[in-house]
Amino acid sequence: MNIRILSFLFAALALLFSTNVFAAAPIKIGALFAVTGPAAFLGEPERNTAKMVVDEINKAGGVKGRKLELISYDTAGDATKAVQLATKLIKDDKVVAIIGPSTTGETMAVIPVVEKEQVPLISCSAGSKITDPVKKWVFKTAQNDSLAVGRIFDYLQKRKQTNVALLTVSDGFGASGREQLKAQASKYGIKIVSDDTYGPKDTDMTAQLTKIRGSQAQAIICWGTNPGPAVIAKNARQLGIKTPLFMSHGVSSKKFIELAGDAAEGIKLPSGKVLVADQLPNSDQQKKSLLSFVKDYQNHYKAEGDHFGGHAWDAVMLIKGAIEKGADSAQSIRDGLEKTRGFAGIGGTFNYSAQDHAGLGKDAFVLVEVKKRDWVVVK
Amino acid sequence: MQFDQILQYALSGFSTGAIYALIGIGFSIIYNATGIINFAQGEFVMLGGLLTLTCLDLLQLPLWAAIPCAVAVSTVAGLLFERLAIRPLRQPTPINLVIITIGGSILIRGLAMLLWGKDTHAIPAFSGDDPIAIGGATILPQHLWILAITVVIIAINKFYFYHTISGKAMRACSYNRRAAGLVGIDVRRMVLFSFMISSAMGAVAGIIVAPLTMTAYDVGVMLGLKGFCAAIIGGMSSGIATVVGGLLLGVLESLGAGLISSGYKDAIAFIILLLILFIRPQGLFGKADSERV
Repeated sequence: MNIRILSFLFAALALLFSTNVFAAAPIKIGALFAVTGPAAFLGEPERNTAKMVVDEINKAGGVKGRKLELISYDTAGDATKAVQLATKLIKDDKVVAIIGPSTTGETMAVIPVVEKEQVPLISCSAGSKITDPVKKWVFKTAQNDSLAVGRIFDYLQKRKQTNVALLTVSDGFGASGREQLKAQASKYGIKIVSDDTYGPKDTDMTAQLTKIRGSQAQAIICWGTNPGPAVIAKNARQLGIKTPLFMSHGVSSKKFIELAGDAAEGIKLPSGKVLVADQLPNSDQQKKSLLSFVKDYQNHYKAEGDHFGGHAWDAVMLIKGAIEKGADSAQSIRDGLEKTRGFAGIGGTFNYSAQDHAGLGKDAFVLVEVKKRDWVVVK
Repeated sequence: MQFDQILQYALSGFSTGAIYALIGIGFSIIYNATGIINFAQGEFVMLGGLLTLTCLDLLQLPLWAAIPCAVAVSTVAGLLFERLAIRPLRQPTPINLVIITIGGSILIRGLAMLLWGKDTHAIPAFSGDDPIAIGGATILPQHLWILAITVVIIAINKFYFYHTISGKAMRACSYNRRAAGLVGIDVRRMVLFSFMISSAMGAVAGIIVAPLTMTAYDVGVMLGLKGFCAAIIGGMSSGIATVVGGLLLGVLESLGAGLISSGYKDAIAFIILLLILFIRPQGLFGKADSERV
């Protein structure tokens, strides 16, 4: 008798608790990152950061009492896989928003899926065509290539250096950069005197650089991700090229300096502010976010947080911001995101609107220079 | 100015070509002893570079000790590969063996990715980074190392194949396996040797290029393919023909990138490969030999 009552009470209690859990069910957020494969240098810090931020939000009690649950898949940088996994996130896992993918190619492939299923996507890749033209359900946190190009051309224009040589990698990143460089050149009165490419796995670029040395270039702009630009820096030093060398934001991490060694000295590049967070003036809106991100990442992963991780940080925080304002479904999160104003994140200060789903201005980039194996802001 | 440029293209081409040659010879040694193309050859190039890095960083060895250490470990890897993947095969038809080497290369690459991570790593140059001027062109001390080591290795190879018993036995296997077996040559042991020699050579190639090109778990793929091109141009000979093939490939690539367009650099290598396969499958310098094809 006693036991029966006890067990009944127990069952009732269990039911009570379970409904309680049900009521505060976590808000599911999907993530697609290229953790393995050629774009792993993007996907790995992004996944790590997203996990870190979600864990910290949950540790602090979640958002408005609701926990967040991050469901993260590895796309291996493969667009077909990204599409399958996006469908899986929406249909099986029933997520209300997706962060990622890491590369522009994957993002373009996933866009039709999220548009059809009406789930907001915050891409971590840089290609400007992702949000140009604006798609209803697609946002992005990575700075447009065009902003980085603008930074370099700005600097050259001020110094009246008008002849530039391009050396871009023959993959998506390089092609997009090359397109932007060529499109914006005339606006800044810049003439492209030499236009060369190299393969992402090439091991010697002296041939291209020799050709550039023979041209009238006053600056060389190289657009690529590691290790190519490090090889180019070394080759340029070998050839004794004195022409100033500019890189893209694709190599704005300590790894580049480590790989290129002394050859990196004096190279300038546009970079997200995360690289030089401690050098920023206190008046900078982003400084607080930047320092806390760098510190957290250091504590969690014993590595320096880079701006790739920052894209994921921004994405999670933007979703958090939308949820804080009362959103909890795909539709309301999308609407909330679009109303984001003046959010000072890692990549820059975001101002989304119905006409702008990229949300960043030219101040998202600073020009930095390698001095004594470290980054210094160019004034 | 124009002459300076051509000289620079040629010098750059020679130094990359020497690497292709070294890797190409690794391909042809195994081909001659076993009749298979070892597509895992590129992975030993990668192992050489990454193992040197481990010896330098983890074991804190000086460079002169790290290099033999890395070569030794790669040789053991080559030995294990032959023992575990090639020898146990029931029906060693060429197509089965080739597929196994492709599988092996994916496995080795995967393991390397787990062990060393996905980052690119740099190894210090053997003797500094200060460029040396030759005419109007410049090369690095490391390029001289590459050329010198390639020459030494090819000389050792020549000596081994023509002046030692085991080298002659290996050549006998390449001419006719059955007959070699009948006169008392242990063909299986020769196959094992060929894998060890070529993995050691691959590792050396990987080590001497790492200071210039840096190294990562996936560098073996492209270098392996280029080495394969060199071997095809050389008609799969384990001697001077493959060396010339490698140098030719390097110089053409470099000239093509400089004078025509850098976008076609890799295409040039593969167009040459296809042309050779179509027109002169016996290699640029080989006599027509129907048995070999």
